[in-house]
Amino acid sequence: MKRSNAPIFWALFGAGGMLSALIGAVLVFITGIAAPSGTFLPREMLSYSNVLAFSQHWAGKGFLFIIIALFLWHSVHRIFHTLHDIGIHAGTGAKLICYGSALTGTLAAAYALLRIG
Amino acid sequence: MSARGPARRPFVRSMEGWWRKNPYFIEYMVHEGTALFVAAYALILLISITCLARGEAAWNQWLAVLTNPLCIFVHVLLLVGFLYHTWTWFNIMPRTLPPIIMNGARVTAATITRTGLAAALIASLIIFIIAASLAS
Repeated sequence: MKRSNAPIFWALFGAGGMLSALIGAVLVFITGIAAPSGTFLPREMLSYSNVLAFSQHWAGKGFLFIIIALFLWHSVHRIFHTLHDIGIHAGTGAKLICYGSALTGTLAAAYALLRIG
Repeated sequence: MSARGPARRPFVRSMEGWWRKNPYFIEYMVHEGTALFVAAYALILLISITCLARGEAAWNQWLAVLTNPLCIFVHVLLLVGFLYHTWTWFNIMPRTLPPIIMNGARVTAATITRTGLAAALIASLIIFIIAASLAS
């Protein structure tokens, strides 16, 4: 019997959902509101040298990769399973587009982070 | 398809907007919809590191977008979506977890939800403190 690949996608969905539920909101607040507006955190935090130093450190690099990859896998899985509810047949094509875009995003994130050095 | 095909047109009830007729399903669609917010934020981060990898000029261009008031407003909307995701994620969790037995009794749904929300609050505080200490 062919093994189902569903548990892998479900695990990625669950991990991304848990991570985004735990710290997604605070990340949006830090990188999108507090630091860019300079109200709760210094704007200087987002300077080229600071962000570069963060992304060059193995911990910062790993953190960014995990966040981007798991958030993508979480959302495409959820979108894929909601397609049926809004009247779109969720066949192989839709599956390829959904999971394919998460895979592309994951590879693009890895490429960018490796290029940063 | 029979030979009489076109003559026979059985009534098929439209499924268009079915979920809008029941508050339970509206909530279901809204919490599923938070996936769009999560995807949007992942894309913003992906663009960020891509610009960073391209060098200082590309980063500064992107920073100008991030500091634009309109972009900050978009992040406020994203924040609302994420907060709703946190809320529903831990509200649904009692139904997605296998039964947990502690001291001979099943852990109640309310306890699981409250523990999850507390964990999110603590994790968020830790992340914010780390961010603030990195900034200073």
